[in-house]
Amino acid sequence: MNDMPETEPAAVEITGLNKWYGDYHALRDIQLSVAPGERIVICGPSGSGKSSLIRCINRLERHDKGSITVEGLELTDDKKRIRTIRREIGMVFQHFNLFPHMTILENCMLAPMSARKLTRPKAEELARRFLGRVHIPEQADKYPGQLSGGQQQRAAIARALCMSPRIMLFDEPTSALDPEIIKEVLDTMIELANDGMTMLCVTHEMGFARQIADRVVFMDHGRIVETAPPGDFFTNPRQDRTRLFLRQLLH
Amino acid sequence: MLDVSNVYDTFPRFLSGAGVTLGVSLAGFALGTVIALGLLLLARSRLAPARWIAAVYTSFIRGTPLLVQILVVYYALPGLMGIDLSPLVAGVLSLAFNSAAFIAEILRAGLTRIPTGQFEAAKALALPRHVVAFNVILPQLMRNVVPPMVSEFTMLVKASAILSVITVVELTRTAQHVMTETFRPVDAFVTAAAIYFIILYAFSMVARRLEHNDKRAAR
Ligand SMILES: Nc1ncnc2c1ncn2[C@@H]1O[C@H](COP(=O)(O)OP(=O)(O)OP(=O)(O)O)[C@@H](O)[C@H]1O
Ligand SMILES: [Mg+2]
Repeated sequence: MNDMPETEPAAVEITGLNKWYGDYHALRDIQLSVAPGERIVICGPSGSGKSSLIRCINRLERHDKGSITVEGLELTDDKKRIRTIRREIGMVFQHFNLFPHMTILENCMLAPMSARKLTRPKAEELARRFLGRVHIPEQADKYPGQLSGGQQQRAAIARALCMSPRIMLFDEPTSALDPEIIKEVLDTMIELANDGMTMLCVTHEMGFARQIADRVVFMDHGRIVETAPPGDFFTNPRQDRTRLFLRQLLH
Repeated sequence: MLDVSNVYDTFPRFLSGAGVTLGVSLAGFALGTVIALGLLLLARSRLAPARWIAAVYTSFIRGTPLLVQILVVYYALPGLMGIDLSPLVAGVLSLAFNSAAFIAEILRAGLTRIPTGQFEAAKALALPRHVVAFNVILPQLMRNVVPPMVSEFTMLVKASAILSVITVVELTRTAQHVMTETFRPVDAFVTAAAIYFIILYAFSMVARRLEHNDKRAAR
């Protein structure tokens, strides 16, 4: 490529993003730039467009207007480019979405072997390394259904990490979990953040946001209402809407 | 009354009839599954005429008696296509054409039971299409469709009795032959019925075992 910018490109650069579901205007003029290594927490009321926003970044949803650039590469309809961008992005879902008919190890090995063309032994080594990193190496040969929710979610994190992504997306990764299990997943995510992973995380775990977020993004009705470092965001929000939301969250 | 020695003497012929019944049913079912996959692709096509063909085919199969379908394949198809079909081939084809419509519906329903999260996870992992199809979706689809597929197969085994009208010497036709030779209809048809029952019962046991194992693996 001859048009390499001199400075490091943003990990994710979103400008003028709009999305409709039929007539419903789900995302409105979203503007967001995420630097490499930056940790973003996205919060907001139900239906505000948090999932839609992060799902546009890896093309689980197609945006209608504006542009999304990942690691300097703009998301278009081109299938090869979508594939390339998806390989740079790991995603963790609320309901884990592990493949139930494969062991945890096989879940983790599938993408490295087929999308990254690693040999089986190399993929297995990689998978075991990441299962160790999320502290469930002993679960490798079990099926997802035999694991607790927290273990399944950590397995899902390991599976995403096995693609060696540069960016991780989390869509409410702990909201399907029992309260006493949430911490083990959050701890795994905190370790990941401390290792310098670029993260966009939809969550209402405000303790987590305070601890690791560089910026908190608050969304409402498809718009980004406020963006601030967690210190300011929690103690001194500028918008009334944000204040109201935080008060309801703490009820 | 049942004459045991008569049944004993004619039993080998029943066994070979049962073999033909099983053979045409299995072949019809296998070919039907292939056609069903084609129907499924047509039905999910972006082209309206393709979807239309699949819909017309399905409603034709569901809206006409199997016997008529068999007669169409045996008598009308050779005239239309200029090829001669033996009763056996015509029989297998008509069972395949018939079961395809029902198997396509079973597969379609099985696909809708796979959570969308599975497709999304596969996309997010940038898995190539063939890996998604064969490693992620197909194994889960199999699990969903084993019970209805076995029940469709047992329907087909029973339906294959109608092939006797186009002179396929399967189990029912065998019983008719034996009856006309021995003048003992009770022996002939009770024997045939017993063999049908044993075959179908065996399949239903296998199906239950498969289902049971799958449930355990899915836990
Ligand atoms: N596939 C879809 N088709 C139609 N409408 C949709 C679709 N997905 C989301 N929406 C609508 O778009 C709006 C934003 O949805 P989104 O899932 O992004 O919100 P969210 O902030 O993630 O909410 P939650 O906290 O409940 O997960 C909602 O009103 C939702 O009903
Ligand atoms: Mg959501």
